Amino acid sequence: MNGRGRALPLSLYFFGLIALLYLPIAVLFLFSLNANISLSFPLKGLTLDWYEKLFDSPAVLRAARNSLVVAAGSGFAATILGTMVSILYLRYQFRAREFLMALAVLPLIVPYIVLAVALLLLFSVVNIDRSLWTVGIAHTVVALPYVVLIVASRLAGFDPILEEAAMDLGADYPTTLRRIVLPVIFPAMVSAYITAFTVSFDEFALALFLAGTEPTFPVYLFSQLRFANRLPVMIALAVLLMLVTLTLVFISERIRRAE
Amino acid sequence: MGRSESRAVTTPVPSRPSDTLPHPAARGMGEGRGGGLDRRATFRWLYLPPLLWLGLFFLIPLSLMAAFSFRANIRGNLLQWWTPTLAHYTSLAATGSYWRLLGISALMAFGVATIAVILAYPVAYFLAFRAGRRAGLYLVLLLIPFWTSYLLRVMAWKLMLGTEGVINSFLQYVGLIQEPLTALLYNRNAVVVTLIYVWIPFATLPILAALQRIEPNLFEAAADLGARPFQQFRRITLPLSLSGVFGAFFMVFIPTIGEYVTPLLVGGSRGSMYGNIIQDFFTKAANWPLGSALSMVMLVTTLLLVFIATRIINIRDLLE
Repeated sequence: MNGRGRALPLSLYFFGLIALLYLPIAVLFLFSLNANISLSFPLKGLTLDWYEKLFDSPAVLRAARNSLVVAAGSGFAATILGTMVSILYLRYQFRAREFLMALAVLPLIVPYIVLAVALLLLFSVVNIDRSLWTVGIAHTVVALPYVVLIVASRLAGFDPILEEAAMDLGADYPTTLRRIVLPVIFPAMVSAYITAFTVSFDEFALALFLAGTEPTFPVYLFSQLRFANRLPVMIALAVLLMLVTLTLVFISERIRRAE
Repeated sequence: MGRSESRAVTTPVPSRPSDTLPHPAARGMGEGRGGGLDRRATFRWLYLPPLLWLGLFFLIPLSLMAAFSFRANIRGNLLQWWTPTLAHYTSLAATGSYWRLLGISALMAFGVATIAVILAYPVAYFLAFRAGRRAGLYLVLLLIPFWTSYLLRVMAWKLMLGTEGVINSFLQYVGLIQEPLTALLYNRNAVVVTLIYVWIPFATLPILAALQRIEPNLFEAAADLGARPFQQFRRITLPLSLSGVFGAFFMVFIPTIGEYVTPLLVGGSRGSMYGNIIQDFFTKAANWPLGSALSMVMLVTTLLLVFIATRIINIRDLLE
């Protein structure tokens, strides 16, 4: 567009902002290595104690496991349901087509607090105890829009002529879906699954209302915030979990690029 | 259904109103090309699960909440029939503090969304036009904080802003202040700052998408016609990226207006938002009907705002 000189202020701005964005995360990381309970300057010393203590505390690990289970399960359900909606929306013509799409994307617009209390009401009325299941159900609902947006945009870019060809050659529609459509949108489904997984894994606003005696990691983290001496251990685990999330995201990016 | 069978279904079957026969416009999938019966049979399997799920766990709970907002109290069996009452809505309408808090929450969401978009715009511009081959890498760099636990990022700000936090202890260490500043944490400013921080990476995405859709030819044409860089920006780049700007604004505004977690952590009692009173009525106060009425007000407000937004921006642009 124009000279490279003009890029300098912009790149300064960009990297300045990046530094600001990373500052609180760096603070957390330092905190997880800090020998003192409270984080104040100058640091008293560095230690890996908190990471060791992590493995002596079964409740923390259990909460982390719960989060992994809920995220894996709700991510799976959301991916299947969202893919169904995407195929319906882009490959079928029916009266409720726009309604179904609107319904599937609507959870993006309804505030989490509203959905949380509404689901709490539902589960109380039908006498279902709150558990990891109820959290997972809620997470499936809120992850669905992301799946639909990701999978539908991939499917929209895929010319139906291949499907027609398959059917002209005698394949029935389920076979065509299985052999032609699914392989084409599979990378998008993986990407959608990982997105749904991270949405659930990180979700707190719904989980706080819907988790029963078994907390997910964010809920457990929140319950421990009152105890200052538990904080470094929690942050140590959070740093580890952050690495898990980042790894997943990188895998998903690679798959997306590979297309 | 076997292959030969499906091949045989070439005559169009008369369709029921809500049926699945491909529309002529449905991307060239004509009838009688194997798109007959098995396609309609598949339809049901694709249609029922998402519809049931969203019906059971999205529509019914929200309807139930609407119904509960007309219930006098939650004494007795939750399922037993009740006479509808408008009592909660009248008491809600008469309580100025609820409306004030809703107004404040909307204002905070407006502020957070506006500032996040303004801060994100140059970032998107840099990534779209100046970052060159490294744009992908820089984008990942920008998004890593967004992929970090939300609760944790909010907590990081608590560690930053607290009286024994990073900012205070740093300022004391370098000797700028003697006593810790208490005004940093537990108020609405802390909530707003934290939320802006949380949303900047996310706000960049729709703007970036809009900027990337601009035809590069337009800039060449403008330059050929003698437009200076700033004129190019004002007359081409900015107008063409507005859909992304509005998209980013609402993608931040909507979740922010219903926030209750961030105020809980960094806002304290002076920094609470509308979502916090809903939470209180469902937990501490255990007044579910009134809480439902407050929830309904929040839901209607949000849907109304989104409806207005869709008048301004084309949602379909955001899908791409």
